[in-house]
Amino acid sequence: MKVEQISIFIENKSGRLAEVTKVLGEAGVNIRALSLADTSDFGILRLIVDKTDPAQSALKERGFTVSKTEVVAVEVPDRPLGLFSILQVLDQSKVNVEYMYAFVERCGANAVIIFRFDNAEEAIRVLTEKGITVLHGERVYTM
Amino acid sequence: MIWNDEFETLPREAIQSLQLKRLQATVERVSATVPYYQESFKKAGVTPGQIKTLDDLRRLPFTYKQDMRDNYPYGLFAVPLDQIVRIHASSGTTGKPTVVGYTRRDIDNWAEMMARSFVSAGAHRGDVIHNAYGYGLFTGGLGAHYGAEKLGASVIPMSGGNTKKQIMIMKDFGSTVLTCTPSYSLFLAEAAAEEGIDIRELKLRVGIFGAEPWSEEMRNEIEEKVNIKAIDIYGLSEILGPGVAIECIEAQKGLHIWEDHFIPEIINPDTGETLPDGELGELVITTITKEGIPMVRYRTRDITRIIAEPCICGRTHRRLARMSGRTDDMLIIRGVNVFPSQIESILVNIEGVEPHYQLIVDREENLDTLEVQVEVNERVFSDEIKVLQDLSNRIRKEIKDLLGISCKVRLVEPKSIARSEGKAKRVYDRRTEA
Repeated sequence: MKVEQISIFIENKSGRLAEVTKVLGEAGVNIRALSLADTSDFGILRLIVDKTDPAQSALKERGFTVSKTEVVAVEVPDRPLGLFSILQVLDQSKVNVEYMYAFVERCGANAVIIFRFDNAEEAIRVLTEKGITVLHGERVYTM
Repeated sequence: MIWNDEFETLPREAIQSLQLKRLQATVERVSATVPYYQESFKKAGVTPGQIKTLDDLRRLPFTYKQDMRDNYPYGLFAVPLDQIVRIHASSGTTGKPTVVGYTRRDIDNWAEMMARSFVSAGAHRGDVIHNAYGYGLFTGGLGAHYGAEKLGASVIPMSGGNTKKQIMIMKDFGSTVLTCTPSYSLFLAEAAAEEGIDIRELKLRVGIFGAEPWSEEMRNEIEEKVNIKAIDIYGLSEILGPGVAIECIEAQKGLHIWEDHFIPEIINPDTGETLPDGELGELVITTITKEGIPMVRYRTRDITRIIAEPCICGRTHRRLARMSGRTDDMLIIRGVNVFPSQIESILVNIEGVEPHYQLIVDREENLDTLEVQVEVNERVFSDEIKVLQDLSNRIRKEIKDLLGISCKVRLVEPKSIARSEGKAKRVYDRRTEA
């Protein structure tokens, strides 16, 4: 039920971000979702791609520092209060959200929120208990 | 103006004969009282009786900073501790400082040399001396202080820091002489301007600057921006503290080293060979009046040359040219000694961090800055920003705790720091590049 995300360390130098997308493109990798977290000195680029392992190897070969992280993809109806209903459930549990980002499904009326939890198992349990849809990795990679 | 006319203008032959007598006495004494010298003289195959001329100084072995560390804390003292009235220390590369001790006579001699230095710089009784050198274990603050009191001037023991207050006091108390690091003087000028005060309008007349290397260009800048005469002073705690050598305001060209208290030599740092006056090399100093911790042929690691030509000020003690660098890789950042190896040892001790680092030293708004660039490899990389920030903060804190200076830590991509075959170029000192 967990989704693999790639995290890449990026210095705040011009062209680094473009370089990453070039490397992925050349490796035939397609990006599904992304988020860029920044500080004044560096950024962490988080990606969900369709071919995680090839992407990681291609980037490492080009000298990037890459790691894989497990995140949780939650399906949420794409309408007002959709996100709120998810967060309300999480608030009641003891699970902490480290970060999150979202994208919209190409077809269908749903949005997908990617969460990094401090306790993924517990988060998945609590969400599915309340009937919230947690997506499998395969589903997300091929969206 | 000369403080001690008799000694400062002694004819050369008198200086040399005085030096020989005092050198012989020093060598005899340390042979009898300091186990380290007993051993090192024995190894070099030299006895006190063999010192018959000043040239025989070359028979004596060198003393290194490491020897001070190896004999921490009091191993090199030549008198029992109850004759030591003051203990000072300087930063050491492994966390342990190098320790020096002074007898009452040493303190008096030090004050005498500092008084000479103040007068050489153009100060006199009646001056209000704004002493911004740090007071504490560091020899700067108290060294300048005792000299100023001996001179009979009015000392304000400001020590370092609290710039706003420094400016207020400088203005209200009418400071006429400033003692601090050269870059701090420019920093004060800027800070004063921010308070709406033109430092050029204050009563400051002379600045005596040391504890870090500075150029002629910087002197011109200071003299213009602060509207004072800027004089260079040289010292090191292993030998005395401030006051080992001083420029004279008459010439502002080379620093007179007090040859009735020290014998200077210039050597080739690689071969140890003594070089003639005028040639550039490493400064070696032998103390000939110190009682607490006499030093025989101490390798200062500072590079300079001896100027033997007579000086217009009338002093007969030879001059040392402005220091042009160090033989080791030590940096001086905001007056603090920093060895790249110290930074390296901090990094190596942090799990996962590889010691691929670079130090970028620069000067911004007249203050030295240090940026430590560290490569982020997979072991240390985390998906969470806060973990990487914690790493940065930890490195910054450990550097502050160990070295006492604040720096910026920047995480960089792996392999972005050049590797090299031999000794890696770790340090980019932009202050000297311009």
